[in-house]
Amino acid sequence: MANKTATKTKAEYSKELCLHWYEEMLLQRKFEEKCKQLYGQQKINGFLHLYIGQEAISSGIESAIRKDDYVITAYRDHGNAIVRGIHPNEVMAELFGKNTGCSRGKGGSMHMFSKEHNFLGGHGIVGGQIPLGAGVGFAIKYRGEDNVCVAMMGDGAVRQGALHEAFNLAMTWKLPVLFVCENNMYAMGTSVERTSNVTDIYKLGSAYEMPSKAVDGMNIMTVYEETKAAVEHIRSGKGPVFLEMKTYRYQGHSISDPGKYRTKDEVDEFKEKDPILILKSYIMENGFADDAAFDAIDERVKTAVQASVDFAEASPYPAPHELYEDVYVENDYPFIKD
Amino acid sequence: MSTRVIQFREALREAMSEEMRRDDRVFLMGEEVAEYNGAYKVSEGMLKEFGERRIIDTPIAELGFAGVGVGAAMVGLRPIIEFMTFNFSLVAIDQVINSAAKMMSMSGGHFGAPMVFRGPSGSAGQLSSQHSQCFESWYANCPGLKVVTPSTPRDAKGLLKSAIRDDNPVVFMESEQMYGLKGEVPEDSEFLIPIGKADIKKAGTDVTVISFGKMVHVAMDACIELEKEGISCEMIDLMSLRPIDYDTLIESVKKTNRAVVVEESWPLASMSGELAYMIQKRAFDYLDAPVIRVNSMDVPLPYAPTLIQAYLPNKQRTIEAIKQVMYRN
Ligand SMILES: Cc1ncc(C[n+]2csc(CCOP(=O)(O)OP(=O)(O)O)c2C)c(N)n1
Ligand SMILES: [Mg+2]
Repeated sequence: MANKTATKTKAEYSKELCLHWYEEMLLQRKFEEKCKQLYGQQKINGFLHLYIGQEAISSGIESAIRKDDYVITAYRDHGNAIVRGIHPNEVMAELFGKNTGCSRGKGGSMHMFSKEHNFLGGHGIVGGQIPLGAGVGFAIKYRGEDNVCVAMMGDGAVRQGALHEAFNLAMTWKLPVLFVCENNMYAMGTSVERTSNVTDIYKLGSAYEMPSKAVDGMNIMTVYEETKAAVEHIRSGKGPVFLEMKTYRYQGHSISDPGKYRTKDEVDEFKEKDPILILKSYIMENGFADDAAFDAIDERVKTAVQASVDFAEASPYPAPHELYEDVYVENDYPFIKD
Repeated sequence: MSTRVIQFREALREAMSEEMRRDDRVFLMGEEVAEYNGAYKVSEGMLKEFGERRIIDTPIAELGFAGVGVGAAMVGLRPIIEFMTFNFSLVAIDQVINSAAKMMSMSGGHFGAPMVFRGPSGSAGQLSSQHSQCFESWYANCPGLKVVTPSTPRDAKGLLKSAIRDDNPVVFMESEQMYGLKGEVPEDSEFLIPIGKADIKKAGTDVTVISFGKMVHVAMDACIELEKEGISCEMIDLMSLRPIDYDTLIESVKKTNRAVVVEESWPLASMSGELAYMIQKRAFDYLDAPVIRVNSMDVPLPYAPTLIQAYLPNKQRTIEAIKQVMYRN
């Protein structure tokens, strides 16, 4: 794997790509802000984990892989669902628990899925999706395809045994998997330093001699370059790569977490490194957009978010009989009903 | 005995704190139990009182820290291992079943695992299928464990104290939705409730209604409602699922001749199946109607509110079941 891929400077990225990134990141941001508001109105319930602050990772990775590659992640999944291509309407409807949602209202916030978009979820048991990602890699290799699977996880998840078993298997069998840790520095209220004496998470790959690296996850250009390099290595049949993407979540762990374990200064410090602002200044430096162009993007994003809410509102809730759908493949499975 | 009204979570906290004051071998370990004061604030203030030697935050590594608990228990400590919820205990279930529950037997009595695995169980709103499960009957199925499911602050305190003092591994299952529940709890620090005894929460003559944990409240609501219609229910809270106080149940059924079981888990291989078996075996000649159970539906619990509504046992379904065994439909 090429390990000296620095962010390119001036106008190395096309106007088109930059504006696409910008709009996609802004869409995730505004979508999440809307979710927060809707939770307050009890339109959305249960656990709600917002992706705000981490948008450069989902978008950067997505633009560096192919649509026929696979992505699997944990419960903080709205951003990935949207960049994979699930329509925001379907994501919002899922959050409302409506049967037009991408998981038919059965999954909610934590369990977005789409077969059509090779988006494998949306998983709620911390670390549980890591071996699944390796398994997707196994299937790709078994069938002799040239896809990769991106298996994402939080910094808290890397302390699960599942990661270590999956890493060993993936390395031993040279599976085409890009493992990505989104290190937002906290697992609920527990900072990375309090979970291990190995706080450089990317180093966990070295026990298995897996190519591993820390990446600035607030800069979409860096995320893009590093992902591209890693995916190239993986596609060439050399086995998995582990990237630790350093990022920050601006909100609490979930909507019910006041986040008292970190200081306002710390949060503000990261807001200055905001991934959207970083990209915006790159766009401005290169004259890719003027105020009117930014306003037009804002407007499109606002409209898309509002449309998703309208769609979700207008959609029906699942009917009680839908309880028995999607549980087994057979539609005459003999459920116990008395 | 003088009492005062406290929350369920406070009752649990008092039980742990009192036992920790009297026995240095007892410690609490789990995710977010110390600095965050507990994901559901059960252990609030305990770090401050007992310090980080005894109130221990762990990484998200259930298999590891549950096993650490078992090892420590084998050589004389008395761990309380908190699972943030019992859904996550599945990551650790190997250590609960294959280590803790087996230790006494496979070592021929050389080593035991005197410890408590505790945390909330069951549905708690729109959390979808991975976060809404009841594994009471899974754990109760396993010899070597004791399984306890309190339904009131008073029971929570008395039973948790007994669990901590018990020389066997005890699985102690609570509920997020009960943590804020208030009730009278004795002040006496030697107030203990024995494990293995059911509690008749309401005496009655017409039908025996059996439940445990959070569902006791659903069952009780139904019993109270039916009282108005002249049906007198005897409401029994099992409290312990292993061992089960069969005698109390059978005695009640011999009096009422009818039984309904209300339980949140899925129906197949559930507690209700076991209870119905034992009732028909020991009280067959007394039964005036088949035993009826009210369980959740036989599917994973989805997110949508309409589906949750259709899935969970509720007062209405319980009332219908009671009327069914009374032939009052
Ligand atoms: C096995 C398991 N244990 C505990 C939890 C409860 N829990 C949900 S999210 C979380 C923190 C995870 O943090 P991290 O992996 O850093 O991801 P982030 O939330 O920061 O995206 C915990 C402890 C869980 N869902 N699964
Ligand atoms: Mg994290």
